[in-house]
Amino acid sequence: MKSKGKMSVAVAAVLAAVSLAQAENLVIDGSTTVGPIAKAFAEYFMKQRPDVNVTVSESGSGNGAKSLINGTCHIATMSRPMKDKEKAAAQESGILPIPTVVAMDGLAIVVNPANPVQGLTIEQIRAIYAGNIKNWKELGGPDLPIVVVSRDTNSGTYECFETLVMKQEKILGSAEYVGSNGAVRDRVRTTTGAIGYVGLAFTEGVKPLPVNGVAPKPETVIDKTYPISRPLFMVTNGRPKPGTAVYDFLMLYRQPDGIKIIEDVGYVPVR
Amino acid sequence: MGWLRNNAEPLFEASARPRPALVLSGRAAWGRRLAALAGRALLGGVASVSLLAVLFIFVFVGRDAWPFFRSRGVVEFLTSVRWYPVADPPEFGCLPMFMGTALVTLGAMAVAVPVGLAAAVGLSDILPFGARQALKPVVEILAAIPSVAYGFFALVVLAPALQRNGGRCLAAAWWAVAAPLLLLGAVVLSDVLSGWLPSARARAAARWTLGLGLAAAALWGVARVGAALAAVQLPSGTNALNVSFVLGLMALPTVVSVSEDALQAVGRELREGSYALGATRAETLCRAVIPAASSGLGAAVILGMMRAIGETMVVWMASGNAAQIPRPWYNILQPVRTLTATIAGDMGEADHVTGSDRYHVLFAMGLSLLAIAFLCNAASEAVVRRQRRRLRGA
Repeated sequence: MKSKGKMSVAVAAVLAAVSLAQAENLVIDGSTTVGPIAKAFAEYFMKQRPDVNVTVSESGSGNGAKSLINGTCHIATMSRPMKDKEKAAAQESGILPIPTVVAMDGLAIVVNPANPVQGLTIEQIRAIYAGNIKNWKELGGPDLPIVVVSRDTNSGTYECFETLVMKQEKILGSAEYVGSNGAVRDRVRTTTGAIGYVGLAFTEGVKPLPVNGVAPKPETVIDKTYPISRPLFMVTNGRPKPGTAVYDFLMLYRQPDGIKIIEDVGYVPVR
Repeated sequence: MGWLRNNAEPLFEASARPRPALVLSGRAAWGRRLAALAGRALLGGVASVSLLAVLFIFVFVGRDAWPFFRSRGVVEFLTSVRWYPVADPPEFGCLPMFMGTALVTLGAMAVAVPVGLAAAVGLSDILPFGARQALKPVVEILAAIPSVAYGFFALVVLAPALQRNGGRCLAAAWWAVAAPLLLLGAVVLSDVLSGWLPSARARAAARWTLGLGLAAAALWGVARVGAALAAVQLPSGTNALNVSFVLGLMALPTVVSVSEDALQAVGRELREGSYALGATRAETLCRAVIPAASSGLGAAVILGMMRAIGETMVVWMASGNAAQIPRPWYNILQPVRTLTATIAGDMGEADHVTGSDRYHVLFAMGLSLLAIAFLCNAASEAVVRRQRRRLRGA
């Protein structure tokens, strides 16, 4: 799943500078959320094309965009669309950023199977995580304090939740933080009053709730009716020409092996 | 020294006698001195490795902590309760983590110190030799269990158990601790009170009636509190209580081992002397052995405490990691977050460039932990030294 990025940017910058000097290098920089896809693609790609050396660094979407604009990477991975400011900066340096949606990211809101609550709205979820709703009875459930479970602030999952659900609100202080999707699931499974959020692949043994009336499923994530979902981008300078390494790498997301890789790292392929 | 010289001088004066075998030629003596010097240098080097290691840890952690203090200052770090390291703008209030560490450590000590000291006294002075031989390795096995196994136990077994039967667990623990203590207190109190009566018969009667009355009152009080505790509902089992208990268990072998060694080191002579003066076993233990071993017992407690402060895996898995100060502050039924767990949990991604302060704040926490450990050590040294002086003076 969305594993932690470890490469320091200093190393990434040096690698990028070195590798651009040679022809058969492919440099990828950007989001820690898209990073796992890029890394798994790179591993697969280098097996297929031993002549190409792929370097993946995870310095955040903003830094990915910056690298693309500065010409220090071929593909910028981003978990959000480019901002107008970034587009303007790209135009100034003669770069034409073309985004490609390679996968979708969705989070399921999960509760204990014994919890009778049938669904929540985004606003209710935000109120729960901000500490404004503290008991399930306020949501038509039993008289039970809500135990708020969150992923650690390091994870792409946390970042996704914060961006799509919390907006500007802050998660309450008494929220419990755990280190992985599996740990969220275990806490929710064993705790009657708990609520948590996990990647779509981690809902076994817990009860995923419909949000705004839409159940979290790959189909609803792809057609964007499920509200806690977002597209993941790979941005290139111009449309890559068929036959180039960049093109082959980018198009992996449409191939059966690439689709399997995307599912393996916990995202929803766009097909 | 003086004695040596007085004995040695006549040897060299009497030059007419044959040279004794032990006096070496100049060259051999020089070689021997050199070898001694080399040996001393080697041992000195080995001994200073640990010193250098501590020094370098301080230097390197401090070097990475400095940028945080320079850009954010110390006030927010130590006094704010708002911990939002990835928000924009970020907030780095670490007071909840300091409080969490303190609370969890105090809880662990509340478990480990009474149990550990009692077990050590039992092992060293009360239990028969065979039982000691069998029990000590078992206690030491507790130290060999990896901390992630303890964490797993806390998360998978203890937390759900606390959620399901939290009140009953609390009540059982309360009974186990309070009932024997209060009964003992009732017996002692009735003994003391009846001692004021003039006649022996009145004393005996008063002792019995008072003792029974006080014991009944104590049991009634214990039962009332126990019933109140049994009704407590714990919404979440990953809390300070859970972690305190498990950390106490983990600190137990340290406390038992070190304090048992300290009690053994007191020696047979003191015990036999005490018995010879007519003291009972209890008097010998309480008045002679434990005071004589008290510096070692203090060291055992400090070592156990350091174990609890420094433990990371268990607290990361089972403390809930909620960056809050429980309300009220001593409420150990709420989730807390410790310094160690924050460092472990946030290190993975805290990236040099995008979250500069976020990276360095972890080193600031590490530096705080080092400082706490340093202060604990210094305090224990001071206590031990004072105790030793007091004993020598007495």
